[in-house]
Amino acid sequence: MALKSTHLLGLRDVPAEDITAILDSAVAFKEILSRPVPKVPTLRHVTVVNAFFENSTRTRISFELAEKRLSADVVNFSASASSVNKGETLIDTIRNLEAMKIDLVVMRHPLPGAPNLLAKYCDSKVINAGDGSHEHPTQALLDMMTLREVYGDFNKLRVTLVGDISHSRVALSNIFGLTTMGAQVAVCGPPTLIPRDIEHLGVKVYHDLDEAIAKSDVLNVLRIQLERQDSGLFPSKREYHQTFGVTSERLAASNKPLTILHPGPINRGLELDGDVADGPHSVILQQVTNGVAVRMAILYLIAGGEK
Amino acid sequence: MPEKEVRLMDEMDIQRSIARLAHEIIERNRGVDHLGIVGIRSRGVHVAERIAKQMSEIVGRELTTGVLDVTMYRDDFRTRKVGPGMQVTEIPFDIDGCTVLLVDDVLYTGRTSRAALDALMAYGRPSRVQLAVLVDRGHRELPIKADFVGKNIPTSSSENVQVHMKEMDGSDEVVLMRGGRAND
Repeated sequence: MALKSTHLLGLRDVPAEDITAILDSAVAFKEILSRPVPKVPTLRHVTVVNAFFENSTRTRISFELAEKRLSADVVNFSASASSVNKGETLIDTIRNLEAMKIDLVVMRHPLPGAPNLLAKYCDSKVINAGDGSHEHPTQALLDMMTLREVYGDFNKLRVTLVGDISHSRVALSNIFGLTTMGAQVAVCGPPTLIPRDIEHLGVKVYHDLDEAIAKSDVLNVLRIQLERQDSGLFPSKREYHQTFGVTSERLAASNKPLTILHPGPINRGLELDGDVADGPHSVILQQVTNGVAVRMAILYLIAGGEK
Repeated sequence: MPEKEVRLMDEMDIQRSIARLAHEIIERNRGVDHLGIVGIRSRGVHVAERIAKQMSEIVGRELTTGVLDVTMYRDDFRTRKVGPGMQVTEIPFDIDGCTVLLVDDVLYTGRTSRAALDALMAYGRPSRVQLAVLVDRGHRELPIKADFVGKNIPTSSSENVQVHMKEMDGSDEVVLMRGGRAND
């Protein structure tokens, strides 16, 4: 049951059987987290470097916990405290780490494609923890694990990603993963935040949130990055909330409850209202728990495959 | 080398062994109070369920069984080419202070039992752990011994003993394969 993929760089080229293998294993790893001793010795021989060239709290902690629950040795590395500031190239940085005998690199980087470059020039296995606005495969996999817990499978499941699609790595990985697994994916947001020709990826486009709500089972509400409001892509926070904010009033118009996902951190009162985020159909904290389980499954399956 | 099969136990032999094991386990433990039965994935689970069913009939109350996946505790993960499938462990009772009866189909090198002992300790501190197997084929590599054995089958290490269970394989039998893949 080894994966076809050697690295996990993105979900674009990951076959359905690999996604299924990861999600199936993640169920077993979630049980480990609930044991009195929530730790297994499996990756005792593996050294992992978490190389974060961009700020992250949740993803880094989630990876670090997953690694420690599997007994791997963990080294953390952040750009602000590294030789990157002294002008070293990415490949040199990682090759130096490899010279200290590491096995696996988990990397967050602001440039799209940085993990692919690494996989090409280094011997370690690479897991992408987010590269610019390109992909964030582990986030999409934990979203999918959560949806599978709620619905059982993805067949004909209507999932709509709401918000800033253009700048979202979460959106792209979700689109690739969910369409591979047979879900019907749509995006919803202002035209300025949706890439042109995104229909070619097999997704529907809505510019009207009420219409999207009427035709969806699930809303994955993406974070609006506040720094973008100065870029003129949407007029004001207030207007964004009025047009695309997910509120309980809007959801009440639908005749069935929608499952609400959010990758965090939430801007309460902007893209998502607090009462919806804390409501009975929100699975946001379940996503966070599943994040550790799904990352354990990925580490286990990637580290267990051949180099 | 072509594989050659010899049938060592048929359905009735297995049934008789399990009936005897059930009696022995109850006798040795003076009943079934504070006894938890846990099968080791995958075929150990079915052997455990059958022993538990037999024991339930003898003592007149339903005994539940747990399921233990030892994949994460194996010592050969590093050298195996294929990452083995990991399945869910379910232990539906508190093992603290209990006697836990671990059940497997074949006892060979003892490495699976060693992994099972480690896995079990992540759930608590049993007062005692016992091991029951349907077949003991010898060739131990670790200081491990079964408390209850269905049948001792002396083998050579080039042979492979396979237990087939109706639930997974369609029939109940124990076969000896010559020149086949060795037991895990």
